[in-house]
Amino acid sequence: MTDLHGLYQEVILDHNKKPRNFRAMPEASHHADGFNRLCGDRVTIFLKMDGDRISDVSFQGSGCAISTASASILTDAVKGKTRVEAERLFETFHDLVTGHESGNGKRSQPQALGKLAVFSGVSEFPARVKCASLAWHTLHNALQGSAEVVSTETEEQVPGEIR
Amino acid sequence: MATTSREVLPPNTEARTSGNFDVYKIREDFPVLKQQVNGKPLVYLDNAATSQKPQSVLDALDHYYTRDNSNVHRGVHELSQRATKAYEDARVKAQHFLNARESREIIFVRGTTEAINLVAMTYGRKNFGAGDEVIISALEHHSNIVPWQILCEEKGAVLRVIPMNDAGELLLEEFEKLLNQRTRIVAVAHVSNALGTINPIGKIIEIAHRAHVPVLIDGAQAAPHIKIDVQGLDCDFYTLSSHKLFGPTGIGVLYGKAALLEAMPPYQGGGDMISSVTFEKTLYNVIPYKFEAGTPNIADVIGFGAGIDYVNRVGLENIAAYEHTLLTYATEQLTKIPGLRIIGTAKEKAAVLSFVLMGIHPHDAGTILDQEGIAVRTGHHCAQPVMQRFGIPATTRASLAFYNTKEEVNALVVGVKKVTEIFA
Repeated sequence: MTDLHGLYQEVILDHNKKPRNFRAMPEASHHADGFNRLCGDRVTIFLKMDGDRISDVSFQGSGCAISTASASILTDAVKGKTRVEAERLFETFHDLVTGHESGNGKRSQPQALGKLAVFSGVSEFPARVKCASLAWHTLHNALQGSAEVVSTETEEQVPGEIR
Repeated sequence: MATTSREVLPPNTEARTSGNFDVYKIREDFPVLKQQVNGKPLVYLDNAATSQKPQSVLDALDHYYTRDNSNVHRGVHELSQRATKAYEDARVKAQHFLNARESREIIFVRGTTEAINLVAMTYGRKNFGAGDEVIISALEHHSNIVPWQILCEEKGAVLRVIPMNDAGELLLEEFEKLLNQRTRIVAVAHVSNALGTINPIGKIIEIAHRAHVPVLIDGAQAAPHIKIDVQGLDCDFYTLSSHKLFGPTGIGVLYGKAALLEAMPPYQGGGDMISSVTFEKTLYNVIPYKFEAGTPNIADVIGFGAGIDYVNRVGLENIAAYEHTLLTYATEQLTKIPGLRIIGTAKEKAAVLSFVLMGIHPHDAGTILDQEGIAVRTGHHCAQPVMQRFGIPATTRASLAFYNTKEEVNALVVGVKKVTEIFA
């Protein structure tokens, strides 16, 4: 039996209800769109880059509690970080939610994740990994300056449609 | 009355009357229902996606593979004859199930999706030109939208859509306005998978026929709930999927009037669909074989036949009556939950309950219900235009079958209340 309270922690419910940095950013230097075809979640990440550093970040969109909270906490987590630091955080986060070992052979260290650690429960719910990671994939594309719409549906077992 | 015995109960006995409908005995026939999910008894409420299979269907598949497995329409040997007989018997069962005039009007396909694609790619390709029009409706599943869009793109034809009201009912007066000299086909669902609406297809067919336009009915969601009479309806094409009708996946039926099917070009080329082949010219086989190229899905056709037998034994009238009671009860109970809104409130409805919870995404509801052992569908139900019409990204959908119980509806209500508590 998986733990529902491990998934819907207070911090996640709070960020879902009151998402931080939830606004469009007309002066953004970078932005990217993410879309999950299976559940219809949409997110847009806006970045203002100061050289190599993310000086401001915001998001807009609609989705489930996991994807909304993930985007909200992402904005708090990457503000002020360099491009490389943000990408490294994405890797660590991805390992956390997929339950994979991190690149250096160790399980992700919760202290390195800070508030992102509240998403540790996601690994118990494989169908929800794509919800948690949508904003991060979109951030990655925004940093790359890619115009392609991110899609995370392959994070789940098999994408497809059912009546 | 031995209602538990699947084999001894013939049709037209008193078991067909609703007084004898015993859901607990019926549940005994479905092995998959006897399990726990996440530590709770499984409450399977995703029947519109696919239905569960009775033991008699599983036995038919097992019997075929252990006793009769052989190719059909080919060998003179005993096994091939047995396989051919079982395969063709299933066609007759499907004929009677739909009340088709002849068994050759029953084409076996992979499912409703393939049936609609077949009609679009054969009948449509042959008869459509630039500027011609296809009429579908606002509540269609993607499988009754996209094949027509592909055809329209290829031919320069135009897709027209019958609108619906806020209850999810089609506006027939708008439909009449859409019909014109350029309309080549009307393709509508019998029952909406996302809303549960039962469309007045008798009227729709009558109106279309007055304008000399043929009608295709997507019956995927209707077949498990409603008695179908293609002759009475006078519909030109009717499609259904076995797996929603308590049979195996990967098999379904395209019904078409013989004259229409005969005039249509083949869908795929290969074995079984020919009467003679030379490098210069190939003569096609007669219907239905003209549309069944290659070795067919023999086992699942036989399993499908067993599914029809099962439904006939329970009786569609009993099924419809029982499900209606369950739907009414579930609707009453769910609407009592503050913040819950049912999407799809047509007067004529099958046992589908699509709903949204204020401020709660269906995906979150689905995960929490799953932890209670309750299987529901969350998402757009392959009907994105329906979601757009109601201005929502997705719904949570509980779809009932005749093996569901009042207790299971109660479990759903408790589960939904838990969802609202977590997100309070």
